[in-house]
Amino acid sequence: MTWALVFALSAAAYGLKLLGAVIVGQRTMPPVVERCLLLIPAALLAGLIAKDTFTIGQSIGVDARAAGLAVATVATWKKMPFAVIIVLGVGTTALIRLFA
Amino acid sequence: MNHFRAADARRFVNAAFVIGVAFVIFGMSFGVLAVSAGASVWQSCAMSLLVFTGASQMSAVSVLASGGTAASAFGGAVLLAGRNAVYGLALSPVLKKSSLPARLVGAQWVIDETTALVSAEPDDEVRRTAFWVSAPILYASWNLGTLLGAVIGSNIDPSDFGLDAAFPVMFVAMLAPHLRTTAGKRAAVFGAVVAVALAPFMPIGLPILVSAAGMLFGIAPAGTARVANTDGAP
Repeated sequence: MTWALVFALSAAAYGLKLLGAVIVGQRTMPPVVERCLLLIPAALLAGLIAKDTFTIGQSIGVDARAAGLAVATVATWKKMPFAVIIVLGVGTTALIRLFA
Repeated sequence: MNHFRAADARRFVNAAFVIGVAFVIFGMSFGVLAVSAGASVWQSCAMSLLVFTGASQMSAVSVLASGGTAASAFGGAVLLAGRNAVYGLALSPVLKKSSLPARLVGAQWVIDETTALVSAEPDDEVRRTAFWVSAPILYASWNLGTLLGAVIGSNIDPSDFGLDAAFPVMFVAMLAPHLRTTAGKRAAVFGAVVAVALAPFMPIGLPILVSAAGMLFGIAPAGTARVANTDGAP
């Protein structure tokens, strides 16, 4: 690990954040763009959930995380508190790993 | 910031502490991995302070640990950091009302979790509270974890405790409000399918960027069909 890599990565990561949040983001957008921007979290969160649950590296697969996700989905639907949803999802995953 | 409603602020402090626990633990595994990949404690901490994007940092140090070049570590990490540009766009309405120095600081805190927490709130003022209250707590948690991991070294494997499920599980709770609209549902289904289906064929980090195309479901004005129907109705 070199300091050059640390700083290059820092600059790139901050630059990307700045590009969206400040450079492009502070302009006034037409309504159609505003509507699209509102959908970004839906598309990306669903993508992250699916990726984090059903892939390992570049391969697709199902493991204990899927059960945790199922329990968390029910807990969310039942409008349980945030902390409870996480504990149930994580706990289910851990228990299955323990006994499987 | 003193105009934040105390009840809202408290709610986001609580949520951020819950997420913060996961951040400390994952920050520790990053610290341990970074040191074992040849980084000094200072370099590990500098990465968490300056890069502050968990997935990118993890990817960079695991490439180095497995003998990869600095260039490939950099390339993979930047690909993973790409989505923060998209998050920045989504969060820009929240940051717009702040001064330029505040926006420059806030930009560093634009990550998966802050975007998720903020965008789950319908009200603009509450969104601002969500961001400015939760982001510093998450930033502190990640950096504390990194320092602990890099210094102490001994590690707990997060997956032993099911903690690798912590992020998808918390995102489920934060995704729920987005599924109330048809466009939100479409964008979510598109994002999920793309992120998994493209995984075997693309470098890690790229499929999730393609998922962002789900935002294009916003091009059709909401309720056009219904408006057209009522126009023709007697």
